[in-house]
Amino acid sequence: MHTSEVLVRVEGLERRYGEALAVAGVSFEVHRGEVLGLLGPNGAGKSTTMQIIAGALAPSAGQVHIDGLDILDHPIAAKGRIGYLPEQPPLYRELTVDEYLRYCARLHRVPRGEVAPALARARQRCGLEAMGHRLIGNLSKGYQQRVGIAQAIIHNPAVVILDEPTVGLDPIQIREIRQLIRELGGEHSVILSTHILPEVQAVCDRVQIIHRGRLVLNEDLKALEARSEAELLVRLTAPPAIEVLGGLPGVARVETPAAGVFLLHLTAGANPAPQLVRDAVAGDWGLVELSPRRRTLEEVFVQLTAGDDTGHDTPEAAA
Amino acid sequence: MILTIAGRELRSLFLSPLAWSVLAVVQLILAYVFLIQVELFLQWQPRLAAMEGAPGATDIIVAPLFRTAAIVLLLVVPLLTMRLVSEERRGRTLALLLSAPVSMTQIVLGKYLGVMGFLAVLLGLTILMPLSLVAGGGLDWGLLASGAVGLALVVAAFAAAGLFLSTLTDQPTVAGVSTFGLLLLLWILDWAGGTGNEAATEAFTYLSLLTHYDALLKGVFDSQDVLYYVLFSVTFLVLGIRRLDAERLQE
Repeated sequence: MHTSEVLVRVEGLERRYGEALAVAGVSFEVHRGEVLGLLGPNGAGKSTTMQIIAGALAPSAGQVHIDGLDILDHPIAAKGRIGYLPEQPPLYRELTVDEYLRYCARLHRVPRGEVAPALARARQRCGLEAMGHRLIGNLSKGYQQRVGIAQAIIHNPAVVILDEPTVGLDPIQIREIRQLIRELGGEHSVILSTHILPEVQAVCDRVQIIHRGRLVLNEDLKALEARSEAELLVRLTAPPAIEVLGGLPGVARVETPAAGVFLLHLTAGANPAPQLVRDAVAGDWGLVELSPRRRTLEEVFVQLTAGDDTGHDTPEAAA
Repeated sequence: MILTIAGRELRSLFLSPLAWSVLAVVQLILAYVFLIQVELFLQWQPRLAAMEGAPGATDIIVAPLFRTAAIVLLLVVPLLTMRLVSEERRGRTLALLLSAPVSMTQIVLGKYLGVMGFLAVLLGLTILMPLSLVAGGGLDWGLLASGAVGLALVVAAFAAAGLFLSTLTDQPTVAGVSTFGLLLLLWILDWAGGTGNEAATEAFTYLSLLTHYDALLKGVFDSQDVLYYVLFSVTFLVLGIRRLDAERLQE
């Protein structure tokens, strides 16, 4: 699907903090028009990776190419193609929204004559039209976050890097920001980090999971969903012997999480639901619930990151 | 690009009450000194008129005024420079500059230029005081210019040192106190005279910020003194650039 040009190429990225290895050999590519979701437990190296790609931090080893330009050899040209929103939006509280965004535009080499249209566009895209003359320090957290995003896109960069962009927003704002990210994905490349898993499913084309500085998963979201094994949840008031359910075509194994509740693990591509309904009617099993389930990203995440000895925070699954 | 950063710096300075209170306090103190010196000159005037080769109004009024101004600025410049980088680091706004397509040199020079813009306003107001004397008589223009250049150079050196120390920490107060300490130490370095060791005394006297300033206040415009301040400022600016670069590399 993504045969278009590669906008970000990361090769063997490493970053040490003293003895600790925060990022250990991360390599990936991001194409134009792609939204890449970076997932990982806290302290996995997501922010460090993004800081390095944004040029705010130099890597200990490895290379970052933005639009074909090495960020260490041509830092000015490469950084000009990037818009970066750090974990904490870099806002000057004493400036108004307009003053601040104008400064950011000039800082990113937007020509003087094009600052006003760029400002209007960024404000409109981030829903800040009415906020232009407000002091940033007086804005709510949600609006400050929007100003941070506006700052990252004002110079129309090829690559937009957003570190946890929806933190602190209310549900409506989150939807708007996700919509915005999808829009950005049309013309730019977007790299976003989050620990809200449904967010990745909602906006990303591809997902990468970083764990202890290493890339443990790098997959197309569609492929991931197709590949993930399906399950069928069945609730019966008069269940037959468990072997009968296990004997249905396409059922790999059966779990009983509670009395009368059966979780059928299916083999790839199989769907025994019609057969099960016919049998249930014929055998008068008292079918009250039949719902298909897929192995969610959350389970993939937990499987890939929780199998280790050291303790760490599990991600919050709620949006 | 440097001007963009400098402009933002200057704007933020003037949006804070700090800049205005600094302007007001410095102006008040220097006006007081100025009036004392004018009064003194008026008292001495009859006797001075009788003397051959007596010091003029500029000697008696301008030199003490500028000498006091330097001491007041020694206290004030650290307050202005301490926030330059440390505050950006504290407010996490440094990431904006680091990820923007600007070099470290541009960041440091932009910030330096911004604070120097403010100090230029301060110096302008100070120089206006002796200029007001033109209404009542002549001035020794050469002496005034030499003193003004000296004061500007001293302040430029203060600001460069303050900027460098501000890149070292994320606590503005720490940057402020250490800048003040460093400047004061360099100011009083020539007090070490009389310890007996001839070479050490000479070295200390040369290194002292004060010695070179005094010469300029007397109207002795020696390029060596000018060079001292230029070198002083450039050294600290380069150190600041190196420091920010190093931070990006290893933090």
